Amino acid sequence: MKIAVASGKGGTGKTTVSLALASVAGTDALLMDCDVEEPNCHLFISTEQQREKVYGLMPVIDKALCTSCGKCGKICQFNAIAVLGDNVLLFPELCHGCGGCVRVCPTGALKEVDKEIGEIGGCRKDDLSLIDGHLSIGQAMSPPLIRAVKNHGGKEKYIIVDCPPGTSCPMVTAVRDADFVLLVTEPTPFGLHDLTLAVDTLRELKLPMGVIINRADSGDDKVKAYCKAEGIPVMLEIPHRRDIATAYSRGEIMLQAAPELSLMFRKLLKDVENRVSEVKK
Amino acid sequence: MKELVIISGKGGTGKTSITASFAALAGNAVLADCDVDAADLHLLLKPEIKNQHEFICGREAIINQEQCTNCGLCNSLCRFDAIKVSDGKVIIDPYSCEGCGVCVHFCPAQAIEFPERLCGEWYESNTRYGKMIHAKLAPAAENSGKLVAQVRQAARESAEKQSGKLILVDGPPGIGCPVIASITGAIAILVISEPTVSGEHDLERVLKLAKHFDVPAMVCVNKWDINPEAAERIEQKAVACGAKAVGRIPYDETFTQSQIRGQLVVDFPASIAAQDISKLWNEISQMI
Repeated sequence: MKIAVASGKGGTGKTTVSLALASVAGTDALLMDCDVEEPNCHLFISTEQQREKVYGLMPVIDKALCTSCGKCGKICQFNAIAVLGDNVLLFPELCHGCGGCVRVCPTGALKEVDKEIGEIGGCRKDDLSLIDGHLSIGQAMSPPLIRAVKNHGGKEKYIIVDCPPGTSCPMVTAVRDADFVLLVTEPTPFGLHDLTLAVDTLRELKLPMGVIINRADSGDDKVKAYCKAEGIPVMLEIPHRRDIATAYSRGEIMLQAAPELSLMFRKLLKDVENRVSEVKK
Repeated sequence: MKELVIISGKGGTGKTSITASFAALAGNAVLADCDVDAADLHLLLKPEIKNQHEFICGREAIINQEQCTNCGLCNSLCRFDAIKVSDGKVIIDPYSCEGCGVCVHFCPAQAIEFPERLCGEWYESNTRYGKMIHAKLAPAAENSGKLVAQVRQAARESAEKQSGKLILVDGPPGIGCPVIASITGAIAILVISEPTVSGEHDLERVLKLAKHFDVPAMVCVNKWDINPEAAERIEQKAVACGAKAVGRIPYDETFTQSQIRGQLVVDFPASIAAQDISKLWNEISQMI
């Protein structure tokens, strides 16, 4: 079962929730950090990480074979190739790696080479196992690396996916094949507004969802009222406590600072499971 | 004309609240909300929309089932796992399709259409602190980097028209395409960090990005008193990465309470946060 932990707004507690959920699921779970632009889960697990490089494909040109026919520039939808007279210019940072240019080139002047897009890492501590992605600095497109991380899942009973913030391609790529999405928010106007955007996105993708309100007693009641009006279940409310914030700042998993919350997370896991089996029926 | 971009790497560190307060302190800057997939600045600045524009960007492959011969070539060409064959029918998943057009070009039956895609809207507005350009990406849409570029372009044009000197840009979290689109060519970035292991890790990556694109960086630690040692460490790291540490703001409920009232932190001048934001602004405005 794949549970995605997402949010529109950043900094609402996705990583905190993902770590706590994976902790209570223990050896049955694999935690997958798909926030590849700013992956943080590993900071709470171990400083020792095995990493391997991940490559995408990018075209290079052999000018001796190029006839400047312009076909490559015409098929490229991303302005990554400009054909100016006899000169063909490639802009690798705009390339999506679709392979169209190589395929249309009649002389074989274009070929694809590996381009490093980031790294995939793994680590474990006690019962907790993590796979994560680290996007290379300056690399614009994160979805290929997110897809690569997601292909590393095994036969674990639970896969917990810590998603990137926002509602555009990286978030969509991360939540796409989830059985259930937990949207973490906070009871503030920003939290509510970005929650509505994330809900619109998940409805568009037809994914089942529930809401977690973090720092639940720090703001107003509008998130709850919204969830009620929209028929979205509030699955968990996490109290606003300075000791939890301080523990997080030091890189401690929330359940270490507040072990009494373990029960709540066990119940959350069960509730998600029940909702998934309802949906499947 | 100068663009100051406020970013954070990690989300939720207080970028938008601080940007909105800067808007009030600067007076008459042009404001640009480049966090286009979770834009919040308008909740504080309450813009009055003057002009609304469609953001059409890129195309989308759509199968014409009547012409499709189910040969499966498109499926084998697609690099984005967007094409599936199910019950003998070829289906394109619009949310995975990146609009590269490879399937369209090579389909032997010419059964794939390639219309333009509406990816969102952008707005030219007035606020009590100056002109504002902001946008809304359509749910699950692509091309947020291009929408960011559109917002910045419109903000520059707006600033030019009124001989404005400063553009304040509320940037997106992360280090990927919308962040790159937000910071390239700016006079400086201000990174709002927080004293946590995540804040420290994310700051380092975002400062490397700034260096990569040759944009000068300043750093402010928000909620510094949550973990004073970490705040100290972050400032040292910032300096080691070639950035300037320009200020600290303590953890202050005024951030949340002002937001709930739809007001700015600096609307509560007695609060420590408001005083520290004013100090920060003085420091920064001298630097740029």
